[in-house]
Amino acid sequence: MGAAAVEMRHSQADQSAPSSAASRSDPPATLLARVRKSLIRPGRAFLLDVDFDAPPGITILFGASGAGKTTLLECLAGLTQPDEGRIVIEELVLFDSESRANMPAWRRQIGYVFQELALFPHLTVEKNIQYGLQEIHRPKQQSRADSILETFRIEQLRHRRPAEISGGERQRVALARALVRDPQLLLLDEPLAAMDAATKAHILDDLRAWNEAHRIPILYVTHSREEVFALGERVIVLENGRVAARGTPHEVINAPRQESVAQLVGFENIFDASVISAHENRGTMTCGLARSSVELETPLLRAGIGSSLRVGIRAGDILLATEQPRGLSARNILPGKVISLTQHDVIVTAQIDCGVVMHVHLTLAARDSLQLANGREAWLVIKTHSCHLMTR
Amino acid sequence: MDWQAFVLTLKLATLVAALLAVMGVPIAYWITFSRWRWKFVAEAVVMLPIVLPPTVLGFYLLVALGSRSPLGRWWQALTGHTLAFTFTGLVIGSVIYSLPFAVQPFAASFAAVDPKLLAASSTLGVAGLGTFFRVILPLSTPGLVTGVVLSFAHTMGEFGVVLMIGGNIPGVTRTVSIDIYDQVQASNYAAANHTALLLLLICFVVLSSVYALNRRAWVPLPWK
Repeated sequence: MGAAAVEMRHSQADQSAPSSAASRSDPPATLLARVRKSLIRPGRAFLLDVDFDAPPGITILFGASGAGKTTLLECLAGLTQPDEGRIVIEELVLFDSESRANMPAWRRQIGYVFQELALFPHLTVEKNIQYGLQEIHRPKQQSRADSILETFRIEQLRHRRPAEISGGERQRVALARALVRDPQLLLLDEPLAAMDAATKAHILDDLRAWNEAHRIPILYVTHSREEVFALGERVIVLENGRVAARGTPHEVINAPRQESVAQLVGFENIFDASVISAHENRGTMTCGLARSSVELETPLLRAGIGSSLRVGIRAGDILLATEQPRGLSARNILPGKVISLTQHDVIVTAQIDCGVVMHVHLTLAARDSLQLANGREAWLVIKTHSCHLMTR
Repeated sequence: MDWQAFVLTLKLATLVAALLAVMGVPIAYWITFSRWRWKFVAEAVVMLPIVLPPTVLGFYLLVALGSRSPLGRWWQALTGHTLAFTFTGLVIGSVIYSLPFAVQPFAASFAAVDPKLLAASSTLGVAGLGTFFRVILPLSTPGLVTGVVLSFAHTMGEFGVVLMIGGNIPGVTRTVSIDIYDQVQASNYAAANHTALLLLLICFVVLSSVYALNRRAWVPLPWK
């Protein structure tokens, strides 16, 4: 490492000392990251190659497992070294392959909440939270730990060990331990994956409240659609190590422009289609599904007659009836036959052949009261706006 | 009963266990966390005393500590006598002989610490040595206790190495196991039995009390 880089690391150390961070009053900083990293994964080479920015506030990193989300977080935190790239928080260079700067993980002011939480099992809740405050002198350490314990409503647990508290409480402790150091960037790796909805909502409220006061960039990794909508200001969709889409949750997930994104966000039914006619005045158009006579009324899209598209429909958005329904507002009613029923946990997936094979989600109760069985006649009801169009 | 041999053996075993507790920790740390490509060679060297016949080890130690080796000559110039057939020589030999019995459990318990905890420690601003003392060491207590006790017990019972480099000088290098051997050679079976039984009892009591302690030490780690 050259002399210049060493010098640079010195000045960074001064800026990033927790004592100075504690009294920080500078404007909120944006994370700029360009990261390339190749990994050998069993059976195949994997390349993470992303370039993005994250302003203060919550940015969701969304993607299937294996998309490279955790590797990206590890590069940002300094736990893994990228092959190439540049990671900067405002003026502060954390990593730059060109000038060969690489700030070690323990010097970066980054809060990281691991999926496994990684609380220290031999320390009490209070000691876990004070763990990262060693540079600060005692009385101040105590008052900071006290205030974060209060913010996350875990004061009563301070003398317990991680093994003696519930899963939701452990999540809070892990969050508090990362935040008590006043980080410049917060990385959350599916921190709420194992939580029930009520606990999740509470913790998210606490996190949002904390962030109102601190305004730092927060990267929040998840593969849950609910969390994307509950939290998101911005979403970055990672796929196979690359940024596949970005924007607001609504832009990215409700109107996917790429089929790969669509599959990621859960369209069980995807069909090739072509535009048969457009009804400009009603804001709809009619599309024919390829290799069948099925026609669907869909929202209007700027696409010429005859142009080919793809239609995505969620299995949970389709209604199923055993008699031909009448008097409905839904515009698409397709007759067909049940060809199979499979149960996953408490959801039944029915495959219905109506010219094309559609997957429909039902509850156990619905299956039983409709007395569904293979070969039974069925009608599918699909609202116009449940048909999501993508370009091919 | 040769109480002198007993006291000597206890002194030797305590000293060796203490030395190994101090020396074994950095060696085990290095073996666990070093990324040096030739590390496997060092690992093999540390483990050698487990598989090597004590006479082989004792023979080379005798040569190395004797007045014809550079180390032996240096020691002789310094102190006026050779290392071989002295208590110090016995301590050196026993430390080498019992090294794997300390290093192996130490290294195993260091390696068993969840790497995520080490990553968490560094993201909380604590660097290598701090992490070692605040996370790795406290979580390795059972392994540390096991290593110290094993090296103590192993030194208590050693015979071949002691005989090769220490000889059989009463009060200096005659340990219990050599005493027993002497009694048997002299067809003094009753005396041999008394000494052997006492050694057996001591070793059993030490080991079982340590394992009992260790069992309690596991309780704070129920999710491991």
